[in-house]
Amino acid sequence: MTAFVIRRLLQAIVVMLVVAFVAFSLFQYVGDPVQLMMGQFATPADRIRLTHELGLDQPFYVQFFHFVVNALHGQFGVSLRIGKPVSVLLAQRLPATLELSICAALLALAVGIPAGVYAGLRPNSWLARTAMSGSLVGVSLPTFLIGILLILVFAVKLGWLPAFGRGDVVHLGGWSTGLLTRTGLESLIMPTITLGLFQLTLIMRLVRSEMLEVLRADYIKFARARGLSDRAVNFGHALRNTLVPVITITGLQLGSIIAFSIITEQVFQWPGMGLLFVQAVSYADIPVMAAYLCLIALVFVVINLIVDLLYFVVDPRLRVDRPGAAGR
Amino acid sequence: MAGRLADALRDSWDSDLAWSFRHSPYAMVAAIVFAACVGTAVLAPWVAPHNPFDLAQLDLSNSLKPPMWIAGGDPSYPLGTDDQGRDILSTIFFGARISLEVGIAAVLFSMGLGVALGLLAGYVGGKTDAFIMRVADVQLSFPAILIALLIDGVARAVFPGAHDSMAFWVLVLSIGVSGWVQYARTVRGSTMVEKNKEYVQAARLFGIHPLAIMARHVLPNVLGPVLVIATIHIATAIITEATLSFLGVGVPATEPSLGTLIRIGNDFMFSGEWWVTLFPGLALVIMVLAINLLGDWLRDALNPRLR
Repeated sequence: MTAFVIRRLLQAIVVMLVVAFVAFSLFQYVGDPVQLMMGQFATPADRIRLTHELGLDQPFYVQFFHFVVNALHGQFGVSLRIGKPVSVLLAQRLPATLELSICAALLALAVGIPAGVYAGLRPNSWLARTAMSGSLVGVSLPTFLIGILLILVFAVKLGWLPAFGRGDVVHLGGWSTGLLTRTGLESLIMPTITLGLFQLTLIMRLVRSEMLEVLRADYIKFARARGLSDRAVNFGHALRNTLVPVITITGLQLGSIIAFSIITEQVFQWPGMGLLFVQAVSYADIPVMAAYLCLIALVFVVINLIVDLLYFVVDPRLRVDRPGAAGR
Repeated sequence: MAGRLADALRDSWDSDLAWSFRHSPYAMVAAIVFAACVGTAVLAPWVAPHNPFDLAQLDLSNSLKPPMWIAGGDPSYPLGTDDQGRDILSTIFFGARISLEVGIAAVLFSMGLGVALGLLAGYVGGKTDAFIMRVADVQLSFPAILIALLIDGVARAVFPGAHDSMAFWVLVLSIGVSGWVQYARTVRGSTMVEKNKEYVQAARLFGIHPLAIMARHVLPNVLGPVLVIATIHIATAIITEATLSFLGVGVPATEPSLGTLIRIGNDFMFSGEWWVTLFPGLALVIMVLAINLLGDWLRDALNPRLR
């Protein structure tokens, strides 16, 4: 167990270093910061002085080391487009993105798992069939189109819900929340559905196919032969064993939800990090891009790590430290 | 010659794949719809009622006309017009053409890269394998759309100004690079199985160059699953392209893809001109759904375990 955790941690650090290296190369090779900061009328002496002050004349690995140290302190420089420190910009936007992502993930789990269990237990009922066909349409619908259709129906035609923004927010310390006001909650509904729908269909399909697989297993037949109630078999034995892949996928999907919030935020003009990132991409605002990249990578790496550790809790087979299981 | 062609046709008609196709109504409908999409896209300059990119044909007095079945609609613009007086139906035909072009080119790029790296990793093994698969693992832990966005952003920063003219290739590159892992993993797996078979060992004994063995002997035997992945990947690539264009970092508005059209239309939704965005959206969904259905069918039909 300890060896496994240490190995995973080391891997996570390597991944983060690789991402940091990509982000660093962005700074390094895209555009010339000296040129950007001094304009074209600088004398060569000024250029050399600034190059020295910025540390750009130092060897590559020294610069990379400084970049990593600064990144660990949360310093990614100043946004080229807005002119404020990137860390401040991201911190302002973080609550909006996190609230949206977590609500979407909860929606996907709360609807996806029961729907998947139902479709797995009664695969031939009309409700399950409708849900499955519906989910295929759901997979083919791009996220942004779902958002647009929702806006068209509920904001433009019916006028029930606000079409963009976050509504009124309450500031609690450094955190701004939209969960405490009526307009904030109303504004949250459509983005949550938009962001959660794809994950919902994914989880539903996954739970269904896992349930179908598990229900065919010998131990389920055996449990039935022992005379256990349907309830005990279905939920105590079958559902429990479907949860391993569900946890993996859900965990990994939480990361993609945060990443996919880029699209939802653009559709609903939701003032989160994703919107900031898209604007950074279209203006080639490298510091913001690099910082967002590192932040998202951190989120993904941490989630992957937690998912791996959760395996141990759910699947007792993995607790034996087999050499074969190490590569998983 | 004609006889042989007829024989080949009859053989393919009697094959398992064709049998499964004839017995799957979904697959047949999907194939017809997809063929219609490709047909109108390829023939867009001839079948579209107007040429939306010919500035001489545009007339601002025709702008924002509703679809023909709504009061104020004009039968020569069946699905209405956008803010510049472009016929929506025609822009959809031309847009689908660009969406398909980007999608297919990106899939080919992904496939080439992934198959080559997968073959290399599976056949050579050792450190090469470990390195390629590590990179794949790292990339796989990030969503494709994020990687595509990042490559797009870098391309913008590296080539400022020249971006619009290269938008097509930047898109193909960014979507292509974001999708190679799946191919590489599949091909690597089957290559490792094929590598130990007698025919490969025999080829090695003859002293054939490893690259030639990979390309001529192993490759044909690992391509089956690749085709299934590629089919479904076309749908994903089209969605990714549409998403990037919707985010405003895809193809420019002068030659819009379906995603660009939806983004343009999005601005008119609040003033009630819903058709500018809804119809391109519908076209996108229908096309992607047809490809997904075809891919699903192909996967099941080629899966020996399900027979």
